[in-house]
Amino acid sequence: MKSSVASEKSIAARKRKDKIYQGLFLLATMFGVAVLAILILDILRKGGSALDFNFLNSFPSRFPEKAGIKAAIFGTLWVIGLTAPIAFIVGVGTALYLEEYAKKNWFTRLIQTNISNLAGVPSIVYGLLGLTIFVRLFALERSVMAGALTMALLVLPVIIVASQEALRSVPDSLRHASFALGATKWQTIVKVILPSAIPGIITGNILALSRAIGETAPLVVVGAAAFIAFTPTNALDQFTVLPIQIYNWIARPQEEFHTLAAGGILVLLAILLTMNAVAVFIRNKFQKKMD
Amino acid sequence: MTVMNQYAFNIENLNLWYGGDHALKNININIIKNEVTAIIGPSGCGKSTLLKTLNRMVELVPSVRVEGKVNYHGLNIYDKDVNLEQLRTSIGMVFQKPNPFPKSIYENVIFGQRIHGNNKKSELDVIVEKSLKSVALWDEVKDRLNEPATGLSGGQQQRLCIARCIAVEPDVILMDEPTSALDPISTMKIEELLHELKRNFSIVIVTHNMQQAARSSDKTAFMLHGDLVEFERTEKLFTNPSDKRTEDYVMGRFG
Repeated sequence: MKSSVASEKSIAARKRKDKIYQGLFLLATMFGVAVLAILILDILRKGGSALDFNFLNSFPSRFPEKAGIKAAIFGTLWVIGLTAPIAFIVGVGTALYLEEYAKKNWFTRLIQTNISNLAGVPSIVYGLLGLTIFVRLFALERSVMAGALTMALLVLPVIIVASQEALRSVPDSLRHASFALGATKWQTIVKVILPSAIPGIITGNILALSRAIGETAPLVVVGAAAFIAFTPTNALDQFTVLPIQIYNWIARPQEEFHTLAAGGILVLLAILLTMNAVAVFIRNKFQKKMD
Repeated sequence: MTVMNQYAFNIENLNLWYGGDHALKNININIIKNEVTAIIGPSGCGKSTLLKTLNRMVELVPSVRVEGKVNYHGLNIYDKDVNLEQLRTSIGMVFQKPNPFPKSIYENVIFGQRIHGNNKKSELDVIVEKSLKSVALWDEVKDRLNEPATGLSGGQQQRLCIARCIAVEPDVILMDEPTSALDPISTMKIEELLHELKRNFSIVIVTHNMQQAARSSDKTAFMLHGDLVEFERTEKLFTNPSDKRTEDYVMGRFG
């Protein structure tokens, strides 16, 4: 075929260029996947042998064969168990206020900008904040509560923004339908807006909490201890969490502790994947109900 | 019957601004009970705005300012102590695009009843049947009341929205271009419905479609650039308008 603007040669050259870029992007994609795969395989190989009932059911010890991860598992569950309701209530409340109640004026915009910026603040800064306010000012000491409040603060911006997105995705036509039937704002929120927005809100919350589970820095600052030979019995007990325990074991010279660290990583990964699976499950379940 | 209560609304010197934009200019109009009143005019003339002032839905737009009176049962609905929720229960609204809730057909119809605290199954069942019958939807959906309303066709959804509005027993129904998103057959069904509904309700309908106004309304208001140009019996407005601008519009010379 003859064409005056596109000679066969130039088309071939452009197609070659197209192929090259496709290859480059594929390479970029595979880079992350490959590294992750290698990491998981390596950890499975090293830590698989450490995973048994004794490991899950023992407290830390100087002797690697006796050491276990029970205190860290319970500590992590305690911290997340307290962080989740605090962050959910405050975060969703803030999102509801900003989206449904607040007038769109300079003050609201100022809050909005600050929340977006807070999402980018390094986590250690939240640790210092928690140390100053919760540990010292509120005198909560190095307790689960101080850790949970700090973590709640850390994940709040993410939860607020995700919840706002979910609220914004509810069409205004539904709000109008509800108001036009004589519903108050609160009735509209409870009966119309939240049922539509809740899958998005819960997904955002769980993903934010998954991030909190892996955080180490702020809890180190707040004072989670590396050696805890008991499980917390109330919110004011001392505690440790999985990432701190893992770091502690890796930092030791003995090879056996490195195996334990790998085992700990597997436990942490299992908890994370479970939470993400729950998020996906909830989203699918609610979406089916809506359609 | 006194002169006062033959009217659903007496609108006096109504002015409305969106920010600096003067959208309604000194509107005076009396809307008669148990009639269909149509509001026509080109896009942006303020006809939907006028409709939304009647149940104060216009206040959902930020930076809106309203002056003047909208008297409803001798009460200016813009008075400070007016209970908005109660007002909107008496003055229902049907929107341009069907907007059923993502709930079952049954729950859609009784949404208003539940809002007002009625949760008695036996009463609600009666209300659902009565409301759906009055929009001629009962026979089509009676076997699938618990299925999602979003599965209905557009025309059925719009009739469901009318049923939802009727179910709280308003005395006025405001309709904002209710058929503009529907096919001709669904449109026809809704127009037929208007004749039935006006026995029990006063209806104000905004429409883009002049034939619709001519076919289904008793009185028609023609608006242009925020002014009420003419308000007359429908047959007179369409056959023998007194204003040149109305004549040009209904003859299709602009708009």
